[in-house]
Amino acid sequence: MFWNQLDLVARSLSPMAITLLLVMVSVLPMHIPFFGMVSPVLSLMAVYYWSVFRPDLMPSFAVFGAGLFQDILSGTPLGAFALVFLLVRVTVVSQRKFFIGNSFVVMWWGFMLVAAGSLVLVWGLASLLNMTLISPLGVAFQVFLTFALFPCFAWLFFRAQQAFLRQS
Amino acid sequence: MFKSRIGSVLRPTSPFKVLVQRFTFLALVGAALGLMVVSRADVHFVKQARVAAVDAVAPILDVLSHPAAAVLQMVDRVQGLVALDRENTLLKQENDHLKRWRNVALQLETENQELKKMLNFMPSSAMSFISARVISDSGGAFARSMLINSGSRDGIREGQIAITGDGLVGRIGEVGKRSSRILLLTDINSHIPVVSENSQSRAILVGGNSDRPQLVHLPSNARVSVGERIVTSGHGGAFPPGLPVGKVISVANGEIHIQPFVDMIRIEYVRVVEFGLDGFLPIAHGSG
Repeated sequence: MFWNQLDLVARSLSPMAITLLLVMVSVLPMHIPFFGMVSPVLSLMAVYYWSVFRPDLMPSFAVFGAGLFQDILSGTPLGAFALVFLLVRVTVVSQRKFFIGNSFVVMWWGFMLVAAGSLVLVWGLASLLNMTLISPLGVAFQVFLTFALFPCFAWLFFRAQQAFLRQS
Repeated sequence: MFKSRIGSVLRPTSPFKVLVQRFTFLALVGAALGLMVVSRADVHFVKQARVAAVDAVAPILDVLSHPAAAVLQMVDRVQGLVALDRENTLLKQENDHLKRWRNVALQLETENQELKKMLNFMPSSAMSFISARVISDSGGAFARSMLINSGSRDGIREGQIAITGDGLVGRIGEVGKRSSRILLLTDINSHIPVVSENSQSRAILVGGNSDRPQLVHLPSNARVSVGERIVTSGHGGAFPPGLPVGKVISVANGEIHIQPFVDMIRIEYVRVVEFGLDGFLPIAHGSG
């Protein structure tokens, strides 16, 4: 009984654990030219995916925590990604029935809007808080790369969902 | 975990649940906005908390960053094999060149010592350094920083200078127990007093989160040309004079951009240097 409970808790924590892991992976030095400058925001994909499929396992305080972790590791102003992830969650949860009822492509395009909106907002916040205009070109590339890589990660999340969360 | 079974049972608590959820959301949004303001004001405990959090995950990042570095080394090795012959010739030429320089340096050293003796010169304390591994890269388009796997327990202190064999990397911005953050010279918050080597024009090098930092505040009569070397000027005291920074890559429309000597993407190890006056750190005798 106890172990079953523990299993359930561990499974419920998996979306959050995956998100935090992706935050760490995204800041690893990849030594690829220009990659550091346009590195995709992997955690945003996780927040989006789990907000569509399992918002119950991705509560507001969890996305807030993930955003804060992203800010701390990547050096963006504290609170910027935390705020953006909260807004992504609330937006996506309100539209999730639409995404679930439609094909993956619709979800992908939805993600593009979310990624663009999110990063533009972080860009605005970071520019404002640093009191300098940050070059928008890097942000544009970052949006593109985040959008382009989404299917790969969505597939991984889907497999994780199958493996850990099938029963619930 | 609540599952909604709509229409089956009356749930008297659900309005409260919605209320609590809305309150949580608004409170968290408020917290995020508050954090932005507070961290902008550079409050000590926020910085401490941030450093502590990085410190906690530094061992994980340290382990995770090894595979990426291994791939880089492998690519380098393959490239090295391909270019072995050509590189050999180049190295021989360079070796000849350096030997000549070595002789010049030896002559100058002797001369320098003689002159110092004449002047009763007091030597400044020898500089010491700590080698550290890069465990995290800068965060996208919004900031340019790196985490390294050494911190206060290894003798790293805020304000120390990070360099590689090629030149300046940046300055230590935050120090934890076992990790620290380097603010790269390309970061938007980086302002470094520099001087151009030929024309001796002083300027400030500002980051801007691009790979090509910009020279600003040049004197109006300054003539800086493409290809000119830029080194730290030592003004303001944060950086020692004469550290190689980069070379001028473009002069157009009143904007002068430089290309740093250090290829920030390929850095795996940095040297953190204490240029302290009193020899804060034990003098480390590391290899080149």
